[in-house]
Amino acid sequence: MTDTGTEPRFESVGAVRDGLRDVQYLADEGIAGIVYLADRLQKPILVEGPAGTGKTQLAKSVAELTGARLIRLQCYEGLDESKALFEWNYKKQLLRIQAERGESGGPSWDEVETDIFSDDFLLTRPLLEAIRAEDPVVLLIDEVDRVEVETEALLLEILSDYQVSIPELGTVVAKQIPLVFLTSNNTRELSEALKRRCLYLHVDYPDMDREKEIVLTKVPGVSDALADQVARIVRSLRQLELKKSPSVSESLDWARTLLLLGVETVDAETASSTANILLKYQSDIAKALKEFSTDQNAAKVFAPGPK
Amino acid sequence: MTDTRSPMLELLSGFISELREAGLPVSLTENLDAMEAITHIPIEDRDAFKYALAATLVKNHAHWRAFETVFEVYFSLRGGHHAIGDDTDDLAQLLDDMEGEGDQGNEGEGMGRGGGGGDALTPEELAELLYQALMQGNDALLRAIARQAVRRFAGMEPGRPVGGTYYLYRTLRNLDLDAVLDKLMQQTRDKAEDQGNPLSPLEERLEEDEFRIRIESLKKEIEAEIRRRLVADRGVEAMARTLRKPLPEDIDFMHASREEMVGLRKALYPLTRRLAVRLARKRRHGRKGPLDFRSTVRHSLSYGGVPAEPKFRYPRPHKPEIFVVADISGSVAAFARFTLMLVYAISHQFSKVRAFVFIDGVDEVTSFFEGVEDVTEAVHRVNTEADVVWVDGHSDYGHAFEAFWEKYGKEIGPKTTVMILGDARNNYHASQSWVVKEMQHRARHVYWLNPEPRSYWDTGDSIVGEYATFCDGTFECRNLRQLEKFVDHLA
Repeated sequence: MTDTGTEPRFESVGAVRDGLRDVQYLADEGIAGIVYLADRLQKPILVEGPAGTGKTQLAKSVAELTGARLIRLQCYEGLDESKALFEWNYKKQLLRIQAERGESGGPSWDEVETDIFSDDFLLTRPLLEAIRAEDPVVLLIDEVDRVEVETEALLLEILSDYQVSIPELGTVVAKQIPLVFLTSNNTRELSEALKRRCLYLHVDYPDMDREKEIVLTKVPGVSDALADQVARIVRSLRQLELKKSPSVSESLDWARTLLLLGVETVDAETASSTANILLKYQSDIAKALKEFSTDQNAAKVFAPGPK
Repeated sequence: MTDTRSPMLELLSGFISELREAGLPVSLTENLDAMEAITHIPIEDRDAFKYALAATLVKNHAHWRAFETVFEVYFSLRGGHHAIGDDTDDLAQLLDDMEGEGDQGNEGEGMGRGGGGGDALTPEELAELLYQALMQGNDALLRAIARQAVRRFAGMEPGRPVGGTYYLYRTLRNLDLDAVLDKLMQQTRDKAEDQGNPLSPLEERLEEDEFRIRIESLKKEIEAEIRRRLVADRGVEAMARTLRKPLPEDIDFMHASREEMVGLRKALYPLTRRLAVRLARKRRHGRKGPLDFRSTVRHSLSYGGVPAEPKFRYPRPHKPEIFVVADISGSVAAFARFTLMLVYAISHQFSKVRAFVFIDGVDEVTSFFEGVEDVTEAVHRVNTEADVVWVDGHSDYGHAFEAFWEKYGKEIGPKTTVMILGDARNNYHASQSWVVKEMQHRARHVYWLNPEPRSYWDTGDSIVGEYATFCDGTFECRNLRQLEKFVDHLA
């Protein structure tokens, strides 16, 4: 099953990390290592972690790095075979049958039947498309925890054997092994069968140094000192018990805002007046302000709670 | 495959069986994957090795901690600079390096005699060194100091039958990190004031967080060092057994430590969210309602009058109303704290949750959870303000139920699900189980969650069996796994 002649894409873990850095994705040791392993073992990666830590971005960046086409399957409740795998183009089939009917000496029914269940009438959906692609592709199955447990079974064949069985056509085997990423926000426990087929990667909030670096690369024009302060404040915020901790994308937004406002150094006042960019719940903002300033009145001004 | 790999394989299979012992579900395929994975990475790269194993063996983030512990035990003595015995040179080496820098800097005289090796330092010098290392965030130096501290203060002797926590306590007591933190903060403040711009509360907080994180990492180094030495002394298997801790979902509520309780609280939130998601899903995709005759006929027109496509009415959404009745007496205190957190968590997910607590009297505490952001505050209020003592403050389920029925019984309706949480240890009072029977009549469901192991039920003054006859289900609920099972049942 693995003899499809796909060459390893990466030389070493270091090569993955440097490559990702070139496309502006700062991977830590774990992320780079697992991407490298997934390539070598030809296994999909299941990426889990809090929202906004760059799970989807990882797949995009790997695609950019390898020069592969990104095929994306966004999962949602009620996703089924005809949207994920393939579908017969029945309107076209109908036209074909009707076109044949007019002529008296036309082809027999058997011929028509084999004809209408051929490649021409097949609508490929993301999963099948990734399998049949001739060029290198990266397949991203986004938010896989949104589909029902039963629908997960659709993915199993493709994840373990890189093939799709179509009853009328037979089995389509991958011409090249695509790199597959599955992301999950962990709203439910995924089935054992799915997890077993994947490498598991938990992407957490980055540590302070990495976050600072991310801010520096992603926000052009930001000064080193400001990036440092942003990373520090965000780290301290994440240690509080909040309803929703600030994500990486939110700290980037915050850094951009500060830059637009022309802020050189963050003081308590700017922090509290722009806190709504980092924190999305009124109660979180109130809590953070209470924690960070001894001045209780300030907290009340900026966070008028319901009671 | 070469010969040199076979001891590695042996070690790895020992490692995996220890993971299984610790409760991680490692399947055979995952085992094989791990074996294959490590052939692809350079074996001397410890971090890569660890991630490779983790990616193939651990598929749940909650298990990461357990994995890390087992990994440290199994592989702590392997790899170049992780061997025992080279630590003296380590510190000496670092000090030499620093001395070189110190010539141009100001720190020189404080550690001038460091060249003689770590052992030659006086305790004061070591403390000064620690202080400097924390101030500058010098990780390598911190690691060396951690080793030195363990050698010096822990008083480890081979074969001594005490746990690692004892050594950790001894080491930390000697280092007195709280005082160090105060000193660090004081100096930072002074320094800022000297420069003319005193620290704002925000800056002060950030500095403090920074130092705390450094101190935390020092503690981790010390712990790792102690573990390494214990492993060297007692052997891998024995150490793995003593360090084995239950996975988060297996922690017993009744005996959870403070730290574990915090972890449980974090784990509770996704559980209730999952419960809400599942209920919502069921609402949309569940059993269809009765046949909608009119709509069926209407749609049959497109099939020439043949009712080929039967249409159904949408089912009425079931909006559950939940009554939680929880025992908060001393015998179940730990569990009670947990159940209150559970109440708090579900009250944010369901539209109608009412909470009652009792010991020998009963009181409604729903309002304590409304609009409260901090669950500990709410729990504290429940414990101090709720009027739950009738006579002596010993559990009396019978009287509490009677009072409950009198005050709130009328409000139980056919939509209500009643959850009773307690060990049913009634101190030999009258059971008044008719109340539960009446509740069952009126309510949609009555469930009983008992934090005691099933084998203890109906022993001594426990009369859970008597109440159970009138419940739709009695569940042993001692850990998250069991709670999750109950949630599955409920949804």
